Amino acid sequence: MSNRRPYVRSMDGWWKRDPYFIRYMAREVTAVFVAAYAVLLLVGLVRLGQGEAAFNGWLQYLKTPWMLVFHLIVLAVFCYHTWSWFNIMPKTMPIMFVGGKRVQPGAITGTGLAASVIACLAVLFIVRGMS
Amino acid sequence: MKRSNEPIFWSLFGAGGMLAALIGPALVFITGIAVPFGLFFKPDTMSYAHMLAFSQSWAGKIFVLAVIALFLWHAAHRIHILLHDFGVHAVTAVRVLCYGGAFAGTVIAAYTLLMIKA
Repeated sequence: MSNRRPYVRSMDGWWKRDPYFIRYMAREVTAVFVAAYAVLLLVGLVRLGQGEAAFNGWLQYLKTPWMLVFHLIVLAVFCYHTWSWFNIMPKTMPIMFVGGKRVQPGAITGTGLAASVIACLAVLFIVRGMS
Repeated sequence: MKRSNEPIFWSLFGAGGMLAALIGPALVFITGIAVPFGLFFKPDTMSYAHMLAFSQSWAGKIFVLAVIALFLWHAAHRIHILLHDFGVHAVTAVRVLCYGGAFAGTVIAAYTLLMIKA
């Protein structure tokens, strides 16, 4: 065995080296908040299955200041998720052609974001009309 | 050649990401901010009676399951890769933890919805 100890560059904090990596990390970390929100909804569903008292307890819990802060952060993160999702979509979807011309990345992102705005407004007004 | 199971996880990831991108902000605003704090919607929008009726319908069951399960699978896939990025290389353990968590959440949600009878 040789006593050589070759220099190996540390990978610590690799994602802070380049703005591209930082954007990548910001996009991926949104998943933690998506998971947290899904778990909160799952708890609500389980409470619903347990009956009225249990579900009302969950509803009361949503009214606490900490849950408001939590949801404001989650809302901001979801908006970032929407933006970043359609921002990388030109790279994640197969190349698309319309009339023999390649659809430009900006058009894909723009269409996706427009679809999100319409879908969100639709959900808001459907829920408002439901109850 | 052994077939990869990656397309299954990637499809669930993609479906969850798309659903979250399309309606996620609206859902968070409704369930987390507007209804609990009495803005824009009627105060009883998420009352026990309304939520029970919603999850008694098949359309409601499918919607609730789609949101919870697909969000979980989407997040599981990203967190699984994220852990690798931060130097956690116990591949099998990470996979079991992430996808197992999403699977458990899906089963609990599906079971609860099926137990809510009309």
